[in-house]
Formats: sequence, structure tokens, C-alpha cells
Amino acid sequence: MTTAAPPAGAVPAPPTKSLGAWALDVLIWGGVAALLIYSFDAVDLGNLPRLFAGSDVVNNFIGELLRPDFSKWRLFVGEMWETVQIALWGTFLAVFLGVPMGLAAARNIAPVWVVQPVRWIMNMLRSIPDLVIGLLFVVAVGLGPLAGVLAIALNTAGVLAKLFSEAVESIDKGPVEGVRATGASKMHEIVWGVIPQVAPLWTSFALYRFESNSRSATVLGLIGAGGIGQVLFESMNAFAFRDVSAIVIIVVIAVTLIDLLSQAMRKRLL
Amino acid sequence: MTTSAAVASVRNVSKTFGARKALDGVSLEVAPGEMVALIGPSGSGKSTLLRSITGLQPIDAGGTIAVFGETVQKDGRVTGSVRKARARLGMIFQQFNLVGRLSLFSNVMLGALGRIPGWQGALGLWPGADKKKAMAALHRVGVADYAAQRANTLSGGQQQRGAIARAIVQGAQAILADEPVASLDPVSARKVMELLVELNKRDGLGVIVTLHQVDYAIRYCERVVALKAGKVVYDGPATGLDTRTLVDIYGPEFEDAFWETKQ
Repeated sequence: MTTAAPPAGAVPAPPTKSLGAWALDVLIWGGVAALLIYSFDAVDLGNLPRLFAGSDVVNNFIGELLRPDFSKWRLFVGEMWETVQIALWGTFLAVFLGVPMGLAAARNIAPVWVVQPVRWIMNMLRSIPDLVIGLLFVVAVGLGPLAGVLAIALNTAGVLAKLFSEAVESIDKGPVEGVRATGASKMHEIVWGVIPQVAPLWTSFALYRFESNSRSATVLGLIGAGGIGQVLFESMNAFAFRDVSAIVIIVVIAVTLIDLLSQAMRKRLL
Repeated sequence: MTTSAAVASVRNVSKTFGARKALDGVSLEVAPGEMVALIGPSGSGKSTLLRSITGLQPIDAGGTIAVFGETVQKDGRVTGSVRKARARLGMIFQQFNLVGRLSLFSNVMLGALGRIPGWQGALGLWPGADKKKAMAALHRVGVADYAAQRANTLSGGQQQRGAIARAIVQGAQAILADEPVASLDPVSARKVMELLVELNKRDGLGVIVTLHQVDYAIRYCERVVALKAGKVVYDGPATGLDTRTLVDIYGPEFEDAFWETKQ
């Protein structure tokens, strides 16, 4: 064996950052710092010490919170369960809407004159917070869980459709061509070539959204869309802080359990 | 079972990708029951030609392609009868193109999609007779034991044999194989080529196979068509491929195009 001769010529210098890149960095980080300083007063950050001043209100509040009152636990657990049900149905309806939208918004499946309008609708659904949609539905269908379900369904449908379509756009086109080459129709290509490839990812996305929707459903209760959030809001208004404390503990336990369960399921899928 | 119309009849076909001509006025006629090897260096247009015949790839206006007498490409468009034609052609790909998460059995069942009602195929309600046909096909190619396994857990050779089983279930009258052995080890490669020869000899299927390896083309196929820069530069019996012709196709280092040994 002969050893290879070293390549001729001088060793090039290590790469350096250009002056323009430096200037850009300074501009971006300097801009962020300036914005933070400028906004300091606007968000009342000067009042932060008040939190630690040990006023009677805060002391009383903390004292109550430390002694949660679980005497109404049947009601709280029942309402928590309603919140989970809101999240469940909201997510299910969102998947139901998200699958066709996700396919129609994928450039490698649908023609561009379908993709663009569907994406426009998706973006609109996503950009309106579920709290805002919830307020609209409380007006439309009245106080109660249905408003929460519909709010979650619409907002999540927009989110899932986007994630679903991105999954579809990243599939391997080989298997789809394999199906196409048997003389299959477009529908068959989707059912047998596309869906099997995206199914684990889609399921994982849907489960993940279910997790975060159980949190959203709690918040939605605050605007009267049913579930534990509504009870939380009422207890808060009645200064029943010991109830509030119990409710928060129940929410934390329930949401953690759902997270663990759904994570375990997602891990199995991927 | 042989039909009188040609398996594929390719007339004056060109295909341009940007500024590059992948196919340049190719004409080719493959008779039923023929076994034809398409050879040529990388980028010579072999795969493009095969993909054009199944209509997976539209060709430039001016050329026409007919499969079993049905026009599948004309005036730069894939025609409406392409699905019917595809159902009669079994396509084998270099990367197998099985659906990895489906079982080998399900993959082979997909061969039935072209002839059962659309909704039935979409729901996967395969007729019992087709299920038997699928198992028989898997048995024939020697991978029936893996029917229940996910396709992506199988070796390349096993997957490629599954792809051949899919073509059998399809009831294909001809097989188009695009570099079917390029991703396989020599033992699996020989097995796959022998299966193609068997389908040709025993079942009378027409076979068009693109090959990198000239020795495989000579050993397994009677007729060889060579492409170079999108043009047909040789079309004749495999025995007529002498050194001068090979140098003409591949350049002076033509021996690199042999996989096992130069005969």
C-alpha cells in the first residue's frame, strides 16, 4: 500500500463571519432589547414587588389556596369529566374535518386551484383563537358545553389540516406509484398509498391535540362554554379560594394523566 | 392468452426535462411474449421510456405510445384509457414501491384493485378468490411464509418477489421492470431474473426490463435494445452485442457495465 500524497497548495483560512452578518445580528438582538425596554412600562412591570409585599389580600389568598376544600369533589370531578368530553368531541370533529382538508391542501395530491382556497380557509380557522370562536358560539348556541365543543372543533380542524397536509406532502411517492401502476383509481391511491404512510403521524397529531384541547377546554369554561372552567370561574367570583384550590389540583391531575396516557399511545405508534 | 396487439408500440417518442432530452425520437415495438432488455449508461433514458409506457410520465407532443393496441399517450397527454392499460401491465420498480406499513399480503392484494368495484377496493373487501390467488402467487415466488409481515420488515429480495406476486395477482399480460435487480444482492438478483424469465416462458408474458448489467441482459433476454443519450443505438438479438457495439454504447470502459463476469 502506498500512502496518498498530501494535496498541493496552502491550507485555506478558517471561515469568518462577514461584516454584514455581524451588523444583522446586532440589529436583530439590539432591536429585541430595545423593544423589551420600551414595553416595560406598558405592562406595568414596575408593580412586580407588590406580589411579594406581603399584603393581607395576598396572604389571605395564599392561606386559602394552601387548604384546598375537597368537600364538593363529586361536582368537581363530574365537571372535569365534562371538560374531557368537550375535548374528546371537539378533537373528533376536528379530525373529521381535518382529514379531507388536509388531503385537499397537499400539493402532491390536489390540484393547485383546490389547494389554495382550502389553505386559505385553514389559515383563517387557525388564526382565530378558540376563545374568540367560543364567545361567538356562546352567543349562537347558548351557554354550555356545545359552544366549547364547536370552538375546539373549528380551531383544531385548522391546525390539524395543516399538520395533516404537511405529513402528506412529505410522503415517499414510490409506493403511491406502485399502487397507481396496478391500474388503481385516485381514491385507491389515497386509501392504499397515502393513508398507510401518514396514519401513524396523523394519529399522533390528533392525540397531541387532544392533550392540548383538554387544557383549552378548561379555559373555555371561563367564558361559559361548560365544564370545570365554568365552575372555576364561579368559585373565583365568589372568593371561594379553597374550592378554587381543589379545582386547580383536580385539573392538574386530570391533564397530567391525559398527557401521560396520550404520550404512551403516541410512543407506541411511531 | 396472447393478444395479437403489441405489448407496447412506441412511435417517435421524445421527452424533455428542462433543456435535457431524456428521450429523443425513440421508436420501439415489443411483440406479445417477447423478453426485451433495455440497456444503456445512466441517464440514457431507459427508465424514462418505461415510465412513459405506463403513463407515469407524460411525453412531449409529437410521439405516441400504445399498449395492447390502446393509445395511452398522444399529443403530449396521458389518455383516459391509461388505467385500463396499466391493469394489464405489471410494473416492477428498483425500490420495490411496496407500501411499507401494509402487510406483504395486503400489498399483493392491491393487484386486484384494477378489476374489482372501486368502493370494494377502497374498503379492502377482497373477494375470496382473489385472496387465494394472492397466496398462490406468494407461494409461487417463494415468500408465502412472510404474508402477514409488514413489507418494510422484509429484505429487498423478498420485497421484490412480493412486487412480482402483485403483478401476478393483477393478471398482468406483460411486465415492465425498471432496474428490478439494481438494489439487490447477486443471489436475490438471479432469483428475481429467473422469476421474470419463468413468467415469460411458462405464462407467455411479455417482459421489458431495464438493466444496468449487460451480462444479465445477455444471459436472460433474447432481444436487447440499447439506448444512448435518449436514442436507440442497438436493437437486435443479445448474441449480436459484440465488443465494438458495447464500446459504442458505454465507451471504452464498457466492462464496468458487467456485474458478475464478462462472457
